[in-house]
Amino acid sequence: MKWPARDRFALVLMCVFAAYQVSVGTEGYAAIPTAAYTVGFGVLLVAGLLLIILGREVLDAAAVVILSTIIPLSISVGLVWQFMEQARVPHAVFATLGLLAVVLTRSVPTAERLQVLTLAIVHGVAGTIIFLLPLAMSAGGRAGPGFAIVGIGGALMGAGGLLLAFARLGKPILPRSTVLPALPGLLLITTALFVAGFRFGLP
Amino acid sequence: MVAIPARSITSRSAAKLKERFGAYWPLVKGLQTGLLLATGLAGYMSARCPIFNLGTISALAGSLFLAISGSTVLNMWWDRDIDARMARTKKRPTTSGLVGAREALRLGLVLSVLGVGWSVGVDPLYGLVVFAGLFFDVVVYSMWLKRRTAWSIVWGGVAGAMPILAGRVLGVGRFDWIGLALALGVLFWIPTHTLTFSMKYAKDYASAAIPTFPSTSGLAYTRRMIAISSVAAALMMVAAGYGIGMAWGFLRLLGVLSAGLLALALAITFRPTERVNFGLFKYASVYMLAAMILVMIEVA
Repeated sequence: MKWPARDRFALVLMCVFAAYQVSVGTEGYAAIPTAAYTVGFGVLLVAGLLLIILGREVLDAAAVVILSTIIPLSISVGLVWQFMEQARVPHAVFATLGLLAVVLTRSVPTAERLQVLTLAIVHGVAGTIIFLLPLAMSAGGRAGPGFAIVGIGGALMGAGGLLLAFARLGKPILPRSTVLPALPGLLLITTALFVAGFRFGLP
Repeated sequence: MVAIPARSITSRSAAKLKERFGAYWPLVKGLQTGLLLATGLAGYMSARCPIFNLGTISALAGSLFLAISGSTVLNMWWDRDIDARMARTKKRPTTSGLVGAREALRLGLVLSVLGVGWSVGVDPLYGLVVFAGLFFDVVVYSMWLKRRTAWSIVWGGVAGAMPILAGRVLGVGRFDWIGLALALGVLFWIPTHTLTFSMKYAKDYASAAIPTFPSTSGLAYTRRMIAISSVAAALMMVAAGYGIGMAWGFLRLLGVLSAGLLALALAITFRPTERVNFGLFKYASVYMLAAMILVMIEVA
């Protein structure tokens, strides 16, 4: 089913913001954060294009759970690498193992409870980092006040990712009829907050 | 004797002109022509900034539009018999009777001669490439090979790659490896687009006895071809972007879009569905348009 025109417009704008973040938004960053943000916003960009092209049905694809995990994980890796030097390697290991665990529990027959638990841990940790780290950095003066809005974007993204992932697992937190109409707007606001936070909150 | 007011004659002429233009426009295939024109402009802009070369880029746009439109009209004129047998194309003006065969031929020839003539006037080498594109499209692809072999799409691809090569040649004044890489990028992209299309309309093509890969070699083979050509197209576009000196950020973005193309090509190979097929068909167009915009933004 196609998105209404307003939602398609929101998705196009979201793609433009994500493309900006991939191409210009990470200028001057070190290699690892650049790569991590490129993966996160790149997946968001391609997913947005596919949402526009294929419509709502694409959300039924098995890959949705994995893709909605890659985005917060990679953005959290970028943030930790930039602002928490002591946690760089442990978090990179956690992100790699977490993604592998989600892929494995989605690929081989696994108890439903394990699938849900894996997803909740991985999304929970990544989402908490994206939410709290920018707020802390902003409050501590290591980043400008504007960087705090990345945290708000992170909270929205975490919520959206969890809603989508659990809906795909057949354990919806909110009914699909509530989540779907809000998704394009949520994705747009989230991405816009990220881009604005990185653009205006960091030197 | 009753005098007919001049205003009445003028408005009737205008209405007739409008009606003919309305009948001709579908013969030009606006979207396809627009995309090919965009590749030509991107080829030129990969070498020179358009702001400082407004006259040349206007001539490029005008001559390419005429030549591409001319070859499209000539193709439709030549293929009117098979178009009539396919549900997808039987309503085209050349098959529905809205535009007669002679009229379509005249229109195609006029547009082609004007387009190629203008191109030669702008620059002989550029004109040669534009003529080659028209020749490959109309004579080699449509008239000679389309009804004989599924491999005709390669020659259709060569024709489709000519606008970007022509633009690059006009920009740098010679053939160079970047122009060839850009042309190969388009050449390899075309099967991704046309093969998914031929899978979707396999019955149509079969009813018109047009050999396509799905009908001659099977769906699995066609999907492998799509995957291979997608990889090749993405590699060529990234190589060309690197050669142009595209900023690192734009190269990253091109890489991301290429990764999306590869992911869909892999999906169609290992988990083929009608939806993925359609997704790849559409995404391939978005990919090419985005790649061209990136090349243009880079120089502008």
